[in-house]
Amino acid sequence: MSWLLVLPLLIPLATGILCLVLASRPAQRVLGLVGALSLLGSALALLIQVNARGIQAVQVGNWPAPFGITFVADHLSALMVLITGVVAVAVALYALATGDELREHLGYYPLSQLLLFGVNGAFLTGDLFNLYVWFEVLLLASFVLMILGGSKAQLTGGVKYFAVSLFSSILFLVAVGLLYGATGALNMADLATRMGSVAPGLLTALAMLFLGAFGLKAAVFPFFFWLPASYPAPPVMISALFAGLLTKVGVYALIRVFTLLFTQDVGFTHGLILWIAGLTLFLGVLMALAQGELRRLLSFQLVSHIGYMLMGLGILSPLALTGSVFYALNHMIVIAALFLLAGLLQRLQGTTVLVRMGGLYRSHPWLAVLFLLPAFSLAGLPPFSGFWAKFTLVAAGLQAGQYAIVTVALLVGLLTLLSMGLVFAEVFWKDAPQALGQAPGGWGGLVVPVVLLAVLTLGIGLWAEPLLGLSQAAARELLEPGRYIEAVLGVSR
Amino acid sequence: MNTLILKTTSRFLFTLLLLLSVFLLLRGHNEPGGGFIGALVAVGAYALFALAHGLNAARKLLPLPPLRLVGWGLLVALVSALVAFFLDKPLMTGVWFSLFGVKIGTPVVFDIGVYLTVFGALLSAIFGLEESAHTQEGS
Repeated sequence: MSWLLVLPLLIPLATGILCLVLASRPAQRVLGLVGALSLLGSALALLIQVNARGIQAVQVGNWPAPFGITFVADHLSALMVLITGVVAVAVALYALATGDELREHLGYYPLSQLLLFGVNGAFLTGDLFNLYVWFEVLLLASFVLMILGGSKAQLTGGVKYFAVSLFSSILFLVAVGLLYGATGALNMADLATRMGSVAPGLLTALAMLFLGAFGLKAAVFPFFFWLPASYPAPPVMISALFAGLLTKVGVYALIRVFTLLFTQDVGFTHGLILWIAGLTLFLGVLMALAQGELRRLLSFQLVSHIGYMLMGLGILSPLALTGSVFYALNHMIVIAALFLLAGLLQRLQGTTVLVRMGGLYRSHPWLAVLFLLPAFSLAGLPPFSGFWAKFTLVAAGLQAGQYAIVTVALLVGLLTLLSMGLVFAEVFWKDAPQALGQAPGGWGGLVVPVVLLAVLTLGIGLWAEPLLGLSQAAARELLEPGRYIEAVLGVSR
Repeated sequence: MNTLILKTTSRFLFTLLLLLSVFLLLRGHNEPGGGFIGALVAVGAYALFALAHGLNAARKLLPLPPLRLVGWGLLVALVSALVAFFLDKPLMTGVWFSLFGVKIGTPVVFDIGVYLTVFGALLSAIFGLEESAHTQEGS
């Protein structure tokens, strides 16, 4: 039924609206969790439906396909929405345990629901201009969330974030306008059928504009500078949401556009993507090694690992795209877990500056184990989900004979392990530099979402078959755009 | 602004502008107008009243705080989009009913939602600006 497809949009929207209408804090807190849980449930139902019956499409407003508002769910979209639901639940639990009264009063709950609404819209839309609109919806929410509470660091980071986001939006809008001028279509399936009639030179220029616009959002080389400058600024219940979701929307848009639309001159466009992937991977991890503050370090790790997702897109084989999709899903879980953990450590030690932390292994040995689960997963060690993601990509690279990028990928894996090891040594092994006071307030509730995500990455690692199979199905659909086009344009009207 | 002329005329203009805004809202279905422009005119009415009689007097004329109105507006718009569900049509499909011989459709309901949303959002911005201007004068 077509309503399943719009449920991941309607649930955050309705939750956000109810938060606004009710306006009482306890009600908003309950609604935040209930909304996230029902989002997860609806995403699961959608994925099951897509897996059973193939690509689903719906024309909102009941106007026929190339003209109406189209939403499409293939395996890629459904999987992204599902993991968005997972991250949403984890962050909602964390926000409940944090109990940040000021930011809750200022509208954290309606805004975070609006953000989820925008993110899911971007994953599900089948129209390039609507994709722009969804980007604006999520940006709007993220601008306010970024500066919510108005600390000085937040405003400084917010200005950078605002400027870069606006610039990328303008680039995106210009690109959409030019593409519309060249083809006369905006519906992505309709566009895909018309790309052949555009002059090759113009196509490449358009492809570069889209690469720039989405590259800025995904924070890839050479556009990554803004992310570590802004993501660490807001409190963790906001930055974990950003880290888990926002860059992945950029990655999703890149994957969608460079498999459905721009596949005419693969040697140039995807070769360039491969270069960008390599440089992002390598420079990101080097910068991460040089950081002395945990959340900035994690931001650079976030940037670096976006490179893995692009690597699969650059190689463009079924196995490589499987790896890309799987990596994106795995990374959303892992990086959200690490950001939430950083917040937990901050609550315990009062700081995230590595030099001033320490001694946690003695006082909280279980926390050390809890840190190692997502950290090893990020580095790609078995038996965690990160291992399978990296393994698939490396195998695909070897199969395609791209030895240079495979070398970089493996080296970055090692350097990530080194960087995570350094964090472990600083935060857990080293003796505490000064006598630590008792943690202000409880921190028991903050552990719950981290444990959930850590167990999830371990579970996916031990039982990788289902998710790997679904990623494979997603890759297959991406490489055969015919099915996507048929689902959208051939749908009963 | 403490002038007798403004105080007197703003009372008449307030009513007239509100009537005009409702007229624009309902006219918008087939002719120029609509929820957005109607709400702008209504905000104009409240802004004028606030200038002439002060912020508190204008606030008293509102049934709810402006930001809550945004929530209600969005809710009305959402409900209008959901009506299609009961008729087994895709989201946001336009549905028309006949009520005592008057045709009422979900697009109009949606427009009323837009009206409330724009009204609440802009008014909270204007009230906020006005407030901060006053506190700066006072300090």
